[in-house]
Amino acid sequence: MSFDATLDMAGRTATIRLAGSLDTATAPMFREVIEQASTGPLELLVLNMENLSYMSSAGLRCLLFARQKMGEDTRVMVLGANPEVSRTIRLTGFDQSITMSRHVAD
Amino acid sequence: MSVEHVPRDRIDSYPTHRIAGYGVRPGRPMPFGATLVPGGVNFSVFSNGADAMSLVLYRRGAPAPMAELPFPRGFRVGGVFAMVVYGLDYEDLEYGYRAYGPERPRFGDRFDPTRVLADPYARSVSGRDVWGAVPDWEREYPYRSRLVFDDFDWDGDTPLRVPAEDLVVYEAHVRGFTRNPNSGVRSPGTYAGLAEKIPYLRELGVNCVELMPVFEFDEFENSRVLPGTGERLYNYWGYSTLGFYAPKAGYAATGRYGMQADELKTLVRQLHRAGIEVVLDVVFNHTAEGNENGPTISFRGLDNAVYYMLTPSGQYYNFSGTGNTFNCNHPVVRDFVLDCLRFWASEYHIDGFRFDLAAILDRDIHGAPLANPPLLESLAHDPVLRDCKLIAEAWDAGGLYQVGNFPNYGRWAEWNGKYRDTVRRFLKGDPALAGEMATRYTGSSDLYGGRGAVASVNFVTCHDGFTLNDLVSYDEKHNEANGEGNRDGADDNNSWNHGVEGPTDDPDIAALRLRQLKNAMAILLTSHGVPMLLAGDEVANTQNGNNNAYCHDSELSWFDWELVEKNAELLSFVRACVAFRHAHPVLRGAGHFRGTDYAGTGYQDLSWHGVRAWEPDWSPGSRFVASLRCGGHAKGGTVQDDFVYVAVNSHWEALDVELPRLPEGARWRVFADTSLPAPRDAHAPGTEPEAADQAAYRVGPRSVVVLVGPRAAAQASSDNPSD
Repeated sequence: MSFDATLDMAGRTATIRLAGSLDTATAPMFREVIEQASTGPLELLVLNMENLSYMSSAGLRCLLFARQKMGEDTRVMVLGANPEVSRTIRLTGFDQSITMSRHVAD
Repeated sequence: MSVEHVPRDRIDSYPTHRIAGYGVRPGRPMPFGATLVPGGVNFSVFSNGADAMSLVLYRRGAPAPMAELPFPRGFRVGGVFAMVVYGLDYEDLEYGYRAYGPERPRFGDRFDPTRVLADPYARSVSGRDVWGAVPDWEREYPYRSRLVFDDFDWDGDTPLRVPAEDLVVYEAHVRGFTRNPNSGVRSPGTYAGLAEKIPYLRELGVNCVELMPVFEFDEFENSRVLPGTGERLYNYWGYSTLGFYAPKAGYAATGRYGMQADELKTLVRQLHRAGIEVVLDVVFNHTAEGNENGPTISFRGLDNAVYYMLTPSGQYYNFSGTGNTFNCNHPVVRDFVLDCLRFWASEYHIDGFRFDLAAILDRDIHGAPLANPPLLESLAHDPVLRDCKLIAEAWDAGGLYQVGNFPNYGRWAEWNGKYRDTVRRFLKGDPALAGEMATRYTGSSDLYGGRGAVASVNFVTCHDGFTLNDLVSYDEKHNEANGEGNRDGADDNNSWNHGVEGPTDDPDIAALRLRQLKNAMAILLTSHGVPMLLAGDEVANTQNGNNNAYCHDSELSWFDWELVEKNAELLSFVRACVAFRHAHPVLRGAGHFRGTDYAGTGYQDLSWHGVRAWEPDWSPGSRFVASLRCGGHAKGGTVQDDFVYVAVNSHWEALDVELPRLPEGARWRVFADTSLPAPRDAHAPGTEPEAADQAAYRVGPRSVVVLVGPRAAAQASSDNPSD
């Protein structure tokens, strides 16, 4: 069960690339990276989930954490989440303050 | 298994002991239940009778426990066992308790240490995560307690606080509302599915949905397969609670991920955004543990004699008709109920509660009715619940019928069963009811004098009994599909089939039934008090004459969305009536009428009329009741509205009726006339055509006519728009 979260900062955009399995055991790592990203002023936080194979409810809760960590001026975008994850995000209302995008090219 | 998501910066966030491999320390007794604390979970459970207690931990779905942690002696305060456990995987955890104590049923103790018991305060219950998925019957500890995060983003949402007198309530079953494939929603039969139908609710105009039970229950309780048809029957309605703090997982499209709390909260938030309140039907009169032969799930094994009303020999009183009776006025249970409702009001932003068989809530621990039941008083005065609607089903299965005298503390409203019975009988033409009909129509001041019309929740149908369509289509109940030889369900339905039992091709009968449906809706939606519609009645949903569809998870009980088009005429009529109610504050007074002209308009707030204006006929043969409300007295004279004249003729012949005169310059307009074909049967507010004859009106046979008389022309220039 591997997980990786890498952070790229480019100007006022931060991108976190997630890979592997995001669950209770790995969620704290993700949260740490979110905290790192939140240190500078950001316009956009991109969570790239193209290579994420699994996300549990603990992972979904990290989206809330990201939203709360970022100021109101920061847009949070989830990129390339698989259909099951997208659907769960929508049904549980996590999508209301987060932009969902299918593709990497925005 | 060593995940700690919060940095420990306090000395009290470190373990002091190790039990079964886990770091633990003495917990805090309050709050009860499982609470996330820095680095761990505080588990607190009480039992006055237990000698010892263990916390039992499972990995999610695992058949056997992964650990069992006895509470050390020092972890106990009074009857409360409390322990913080560190290093738990919150997401993957299921927990329960094992209570050790005497097995002496005669004295009320039914401890059973062979059972793992659910936490009465569990925020989530697993085991029935997907509706109808056949459970593993051999599984030890079938309904397992789980943790829930309280990090939902409400985005500023708060309960709506719509004044009770302005409500139009819509009673719906979460699953039945969208389960039919023809609902067209992406997640049929779920909270999310209901949310997809919010545009429909808005168009209908209701501003409150009352959800039948959404606390976790087991749809397989008493489940059986009907011989012959092979159809499986379920505990579909859900009036049998397993977890009072846990939303039903099987009603959530995300229940399989344990995210039902988020999905239900999302539904509440979306309804609130649409201006629609959420009232929950709550069942505190009994639990799913049944009688002596029922399963030991939670309460029975923790403190049987506290939670249940017991006879002197330790048997269960059965005022609920389901085997046991929750001991609501025991001080401990009282707190349990109060805490639970506070939780739903604050954590889920619920706007109000309807209490199933609420008469049980005013019985003492021996079952005797109390004049001043402490639970009801507490609920009425609680600060957290201050803005919540409290609605009683003011009777129980033990013969206590309190419609009109439910202890109310100026706060409680009631399902007005007498309204239902009277309107049904008057509609079908029963004699000698004109007087009672007038009383029920105007908020039942005989029952609720001093409490106001808002104490009366008016309804003609609800989940329990015939649908409105079936009320006008069947003389008798047809409950054969329930598999009980048609013996279950009420026999006194005050229904009438209008000539043929069940569906018919006879155009005259079909037309008469449709008119009667419109009559019922027009009466209900212009009555004083709080109107409640049963979901589906606005499109003539049928249960094929079944008046007790509690066990059917099928087309029989589901909302048939094809009717939205098929019965569009009725739907349009109901929408118009709801819109008319919202447009006219004179229909929505909180208080009762006084029968005087206290606002000095030249008209009484309410006056009664007959075939001759100002001459009502209360004689036994009269089947005609007409009322005139004066808009100058709307909301106690605080706002200005139009005159509204409503004539109900339940006689089989038309009547030529003299109309009361309006002030100089004002002219009668016809909002609704159920004897006219659509679209002339009802009109949108502001588009009502003028009556041809201002002095008289022909009220058709078995018809309702609603006229609106705009405020006197003389006043018009100085008036402000009201409401």
